[in-house]
Amino acid sequence: MATKNKKKKEKEIFALGNEAVVEGALLAGCNFYAGYPITPSTEIAEEMARRLPLLEEGVFIQMEDEIASLGSVIGASLAGRKAMTATSGPGFSLMQEHIGYACITETPLVLVNVMRAGPSTGMPTSPAQGDVQQARWGTHGDHPIIVLSAGDVQECLEMTVTAFNFSEKYRTPVILLLDEVTAHTREKITIPDPSDLYIYSRLLPSMPPEWYLPFEDNMRGVSAMPPLGSGYRYHVTGLTHDDHGYPTSKPREVESFINRIFRKIDQFFYDIQIVEEIYCQDATSCIIAYGSVGRSAELAVQMARDQGEKAGLLKLKTLFPFPRPAVEKMLRQCASVLVPEMNMGQISREVKRVNSGQSKVNTLNRIDGQIITPAEILKKLLKG
Amino acid sequence: MSREMKLDRFEIRLSGLGGQGILTLGKIMGQALALDHGYNVAQTQSYGPEARGGASRSDLVISSSTISYPKTISLDLLVALSQEACNKFFTNLKPSGALVVDTSMVGQTPTNIFLGLPFTDMARKVGLVQTTNIVTLGALTHFLPFMRAVSVRKSLKSILPSKIIDINLKAFNAGFNAAKKQYPDAPEKWIFS
Amino acid sequence: MAKVTQLIHNYLRHTKKFPHVFCPGCGHGIVLGSLIRSVHAQGLSKDEIVLVAGIGCSGRIPVYVDFNTVHTTHGRALTFATGIKMANPELKVIVVMGDGDAMSIGGNHLIHAARRNIGLTTLVLNNHIYGMTGGQSSSTTPFGCYSTTTPFGQMEKEFDISEITKACGANFVARATVMQANLMDRLISTALTNPGFNMVEVITPCHTQFGRKNKYKTTVDMYKWLKKNAVPIEKYRDLSPEKQRDAVSTGVFTHNDCAGLEQKYIQMRQRIRGEI
Repeated sequence: MATKNKKKKEKEIFALGNEAVVEGALLAGCNFYAGYPITPSTEIAEEMARRLPLLEEGVFIQMEDEIASLGSVIGASLAGRKAMTATSGPGFSLMQEHIGYACITETPLVLVNVMRAGPSTGMPTSPAQGDVQQARWGTHGDHPIIVLSAGDVQECLEMTVTAFNFSEKYRTPVILLLDEVTAHTREKITIPDPSDLYIYSRLLPSMPPEWYLPFEDNMRGVSAMPPLGSGYRYHVTGLTHDDHGYPTSKPREVESFINRIFRKIDQFFYDIQIVEEIYCQDATSCIIAYGSVGRSAELAVQMARDQGEKAGLLKLKTLFPFPRPAVEKMLRQCASVLVPEMNMGQISREVKRVNSGQSKVNTLNRIDGQIITPAEILKKLLKG
Repeated sequence: MSREMKLDRFEIRLSGLGGQGILTLGKIMGQALALDHGYNVAQTQSYGPEARGGASRSDLVISSSTISYPKTISLDLLVALSQEACNKFFTNLKPSGALVVDTSMVGQTPTNIFLGLPFTDMARKVGLVQTTNIVTLGALTHFLPFMRAVSVRKSLKSILPSKIIDINLKAFNAGFNAAKKQYPDAPEKWIFS
Repeated sequence: MAKVTQLIHNYLRHTKKFPHVFCPGCGHGIVLGSLIRSVHAQGLSKDEIVLVAGIGCSGRIPVYVDFNTVHTTHGRALTFATGIKMANPELKVIVVMGDGDAMSIGGNHLIHAARRNIGLTTLVLNNHIYGMTGGQSSSTTPFGCYSTTTPFGQMEKEFDISEITKACGANFVARATVMQANLMDRLISTALTNPGFNMVEVITPCHTQFGRKNKYKTTVDMYKWLKKNAVPIEKYRDLSPEKQRDAVSTGVFTHNDCAGLEQKYIQMRQRIRGEI
């Protein structure tokens, strides 16, 4: 076959984390971006403004604020686009309203939040990981959500592709958390050949319009989603709705709806949970880290191993739904677990929640706008 | 790739004032080392809110193996294009590390052992003071034995806008030749850990 | 059934359980009727229309009609509509908002949508009050009027939605009252076919929340007031300032046909890709 010997179209570039997000998004089929400038996420918007008009249908639009940006992204997604936005701290706070809307209307979209030191305006050019619990619980009401993270530039590309796949597969907004260090580090990355990638696009209805139920309670928990204007006229609303999309407050219908949006993510938990185990096999002490701190931890583990300490690292790439089985495994295996993070303890809170006394959970927190260094982690790790 | 020198976390800090082109300098060097030489390179940066003036720095970690921690820990090379940067970052330099200064900007060096050239004055002589960063790049290309001029030029051409390539190549050569003339044996003096 | 009622019935969703949420005497149904007649007159198909609304009484309109309908968040309908139109310029995107929706919480989005001149048909149903939440003052509640949050009279000056939208650069801005069904049909028809940003402000009475607190004994009194005080813009300009204060100017305030943002974007894309 002709395609068998086709030369792979891989390409190496030297790029920022933010630029890698754009590469990943374009590979995943993103063709709509709406955003508002904010440090340290702005390079994503700038690169999108240059690249999207080069695509046949690509659209970039700068909106008047972050609320409008996410509104516009949801509109585009309803119209059939793979759409995304990116922002940082204060903008992420403004977007919470529409994250909730995307959850209840089950609209796929990707939101990249490059975390900077807060609260409020904080330190715009300094890194932090203070938005982790906000990503999970920021919008009002009870809802499931998928939150991913990336620690190096290649991961920025890969996790953006994954974010689009999850959002399309589960009809849900997906939040990708980066931090200033990851976003503003330049590294060599490999842009994969598109034919090597797994790209998922939302289900389209195959039944006639009169049989179509936009919010059907089926086995997957996810219904097909036709673009606006394709002949499948239905109602989209932020009100709690029945399977036709019409507002309802009947307890039975409300309960089944909310249960379904939880179930559609819970039942595919093992597909969504992405972790990386480094030296975990024989580890007697373990670090649990994510984002740029995961890289510090990796060097710290290497240094500890050089000193004869059996240290391991569990890197979390999926933050929510919280990768409980992988964490529980390390808690059972290790006498102590260290969770370093650039906040006052947002993931360590989750680790402590799933720890049922098997292990001692230590924390290492830094909130001064500086990345946690390998030496700091090593010192804390050796102390046990 | 096999003819490349083996490096284990060689750390460089390029520092100076906003507007001196520090970030561009880091990007050109990083790209040359990463794409053309095949090293693993992590380039990070730090800058203030102002676009001009204020402190600016760009850090590079270069390694033959995968880089876990992307930031610098202790520097093998500090390039200071301003007095303030020189004062501030000298203590981050390893005892065996090298200090490169722009003698037109740095009047007082904390040590008598340094490599100094008047980069800013040289750039003025080239005809465009904005090429200070590229004059520096030329000198660094001579100083660093693992960085080849041909790949740096290639990277420079791909990053800078085509309109200003010629004058920047001139600036690059000026820096490279002056460094070679004044410090002919600098490339041999490195202690690689 | 009257012919016009029959026509409207063809556009309603009969799977949705009526009755609707609107109070007796509410003007919103008249606007919806006018919108349906205009859509029908322009020969637009149900599939190509996306009806987007915000929150409030006006926000409940889309669920009753058999178009592609999107009931969004408070004040943000225009942002969703902007995304939909940019994503698929072939669609006819109609936005229905109330005064609190469009001008109070969503004022920023309204002025920017008008400035961008994005190809939308926008209806602002202005009843000078927050009806759904129980009669609080909005940014269009006239000076001196009473509401549950201005129990001693409104002290702030009100917004003129049409004037603002015109000043921001919208292609087409017009106003009618619900007592002017024919004028409303004509204005909405133009707003449906004209390129760029089109806004029709409709003055509609809310007797339940506004009328009762502001000395209109019955719904009919409110309609009578509207009928008496609506003045075509041409005549309005000649009135004395005192008379202008009590009058509601109606008609077309501005009418241009510049290309909408979505069209300009398509052209830019073709230009940089070397297609034109």
